[in-house]
Amino acid sequence: MWTWFYRLASPPHVYRVAATLIPWFLTAAAFAIGYGAIAGLVFAPPDYQQGDAFRIIYVHAPSGWISMFAYSTMAVAGAIGLIWRIKMGHAVAAAVAPIGASFTVLALVTGSLWGRPMWGTYWAWDPRLTSELILLFLFAGVMSLRPAFEDSNRGDRAAALLSIVGVVNVPIIHYSVLWWNSLHQGATVAKLGKPSMPPSMLLPLLSMMLGFMCFFGAVLCMRLRGEVLNRERQATWVREAIKS
Amino acid sequence: MNVGRPIEAETSVGARRAMMLIMHRELCLSFRRPEQLLQPLVFFLIVTTLFPLGLSVQLSLLRDMAPGVLWVAALLSSLLSLDSLFKNDADDGTLEQLALSGQSLATIVIAKTLAHWLVSGAALVLVSPVVAIGLNIPVSAFATMLLGLALGTLTLSWLGAIGAGLTVGLRRGNVLLSLIVLPLAMPLLIFGAGATDRAISGTSAAGALYFLASLCVFTSTLAPFAAAAALRIALD
Amino acid sequence: MLKGVSLEVRPRELLHVAGPNGAGKTTLLRVATGLLRPEQGGVAWLGKSIANTRPEYQWALAYASHEPALKGDLTALENLWFMVGLKRRATLAELRDCLGRTGVAGCADLPVRVLSAGQRRRVVMARVLAARAVLWLLDEPFTNLDAAGSALMSALLEDHVNGGGLALVVAHHDLKLNATQRRLELQG
Repeated sequence: MWTWFYRLASPPHVYRVAATLIPWFLTAAAFAIGYGAIAGLVFAPPDYQQGDAFRIIYVHAPSGWISMFAYSTMAVAGAIGLIWRIKMGHAVAAAVAPIGASFTVLALVTGSLWGRPMWGTYWAWDPRLTSELILLFLFAGVMSLRPAFEDSNRGDRAAALLSIVGVVNVPIIHYSVLWWNSLHQGATVAKLGKPSMPPSMLLPLLSMMLGFMCFFGAVLCMRLRGEVLNRERQATWVREAIKS
Repeated sequence: MNVGRPIEAETSVGARRAMMLIMHRELCLSFRRPEQLLQPLVFFLIVTTLFPLGLSVQLSLLRDMAPGVLWVAALLSSLLSLDSLFKNDADDGTLEQLALSGQSLATIVIAKTLAHWLVSGAALVLVSPVVAIGLNIPVSAFATMLLGLALGTLTLSWLGAIGAGLTVGLRRGNVLLSLIVLPLAMPLLIFGAGATDRAISGTSAAGALYFLASLCVFTSTLAPFAAAAALRIALD
Repeated sequence: MLKGVSLEVRPRELLHVAGPNGAGKTTLLRVATGLLRPEQGGVAWLGKSIANTRPEYQWALAYASHEPALKGDLTALENLWFMVGLKRRATLAELRDCLGRTGVAGCADLPVRVLSAGQRRRVVMARVLAARAVLWLLDEPFTNLDAAGSALMSALLEDHVNGGGLALVVAHHDLKLNATQRRLELQG
């Protein structure tokens, strides 16, 4: 029964499957983001408290969510590589890391831009943005650890272990930052709260979430193919694939 | 010689005895190089001096900053000494011998980390009242501060063991070690400094201390296995 | 990279692993200790895979790597006490006796960092003796030994093997021993 599972994880198979998935993901992303962007940025009514500034939520919230999802994916893929010794797990983890880090940066930048009209400053140590910043540090740690080893196998396994330790810590970090913020709640700090959402606001947001997920999937498949080619460069099937 | 003879109960060495032996070894080694014990403590004092020099000597401001300054300095000083937790043994081959001693790697990690904490973290806690006076922390807050630092440095030793295990074979491992451990240590900075802060302002620090204690227990139970896994990767 | 290597060691036998530099002799030895996990294949002791019987296997073996693996700040006796003590309860008298048998009784209370390379190698041999292990895994055990030391080392190996023990020895030169020997030649 496990044979089909291991066959699923063979490099040429992963390479082919990723290739077929990319156009599907991209089309779905195009439609979802297209609808979400137009409906959210143009047609949704302005929030009575925040005016038009809230519209950045259509990029900020999905990217924040994807950054968390990416870290979890990296940890799970790393765990698969570490525990069951499936090499493709490490390939997925290595492929996801920069994507997750980029979405984290996007969440931080959009959050900062959102904060400007709210707080009057680009950064006010809002608890969610601070958690996001620490997540960026966690990504940086994993991404620095992997290439530090001369033996890439060891680097993969060390990075996988670190991402598992990190994923366990993420809820702890999140809660402690929330506590810390409640302690030092200044009078001027208003949280980047989601405004209460009628359907005309909510549907575009959900669509953007879905679109970002599909885009994430597409980029992951693209990077994964590159990772697979790089890791399996000694194998004969790679030479065939490159020639064709 | 009977090849298949199982180890008799009287001659085998249990985990507890092994831990005592390893801790004894670590303490012997540490006290034979006393200058290496003092260096992180001196660093601790120097770093805390940097803040009044860099900011202001106004006593009320110092008191407000004090918990944070104290904890950041403690974190950074602890990190300095954590790099050598496994490195010395890995460099001279004794780590392999430990790994082949029949004791589990987790046992070895626990013993080494506890011994390390005794000479670094606990020493830091003992020196902290001196620093606290320099930062104008009132004596009424000392109990909370000491308890918080004790729990916090112990948790940091566990986290540092994971980081040290992951970076043991690397050349510039100490920078990477800090990069890995500091984000994971942010919760204990938040709760430790928060507890001291509350103690200074007179409110109850119990909640923060409880959370710090639970963090310590949580880390103590899981970190040895994570660090052992990291060492297995390094030895491979 | 080692490929397609298969070997077996029986009691009262010494297996000599030979080959040019870089052939993988040390790697093979480390796989035998269980420190290195092979991608394919495995190691079995008394018919059971060592992955399942790790503590028992480790109690039965003594490993001496190319480096002496001694702490310079501890005395020779302390090194033995702390290392052997993890495997079995040895008394100080026993450990001193082992140091005597390898000719470094006078160094027992000296910190290892002041000992010469040859003396350190003898301390390592004392540790192997003190472990009372059935299987000896030795990587270049004759390094740094003078003629007397090499003769001693050979005698100890002979006693061990003829007394019922097993040994896997990596050495780049020939071993002239009065004991059953087989040779595994690794290609570079």
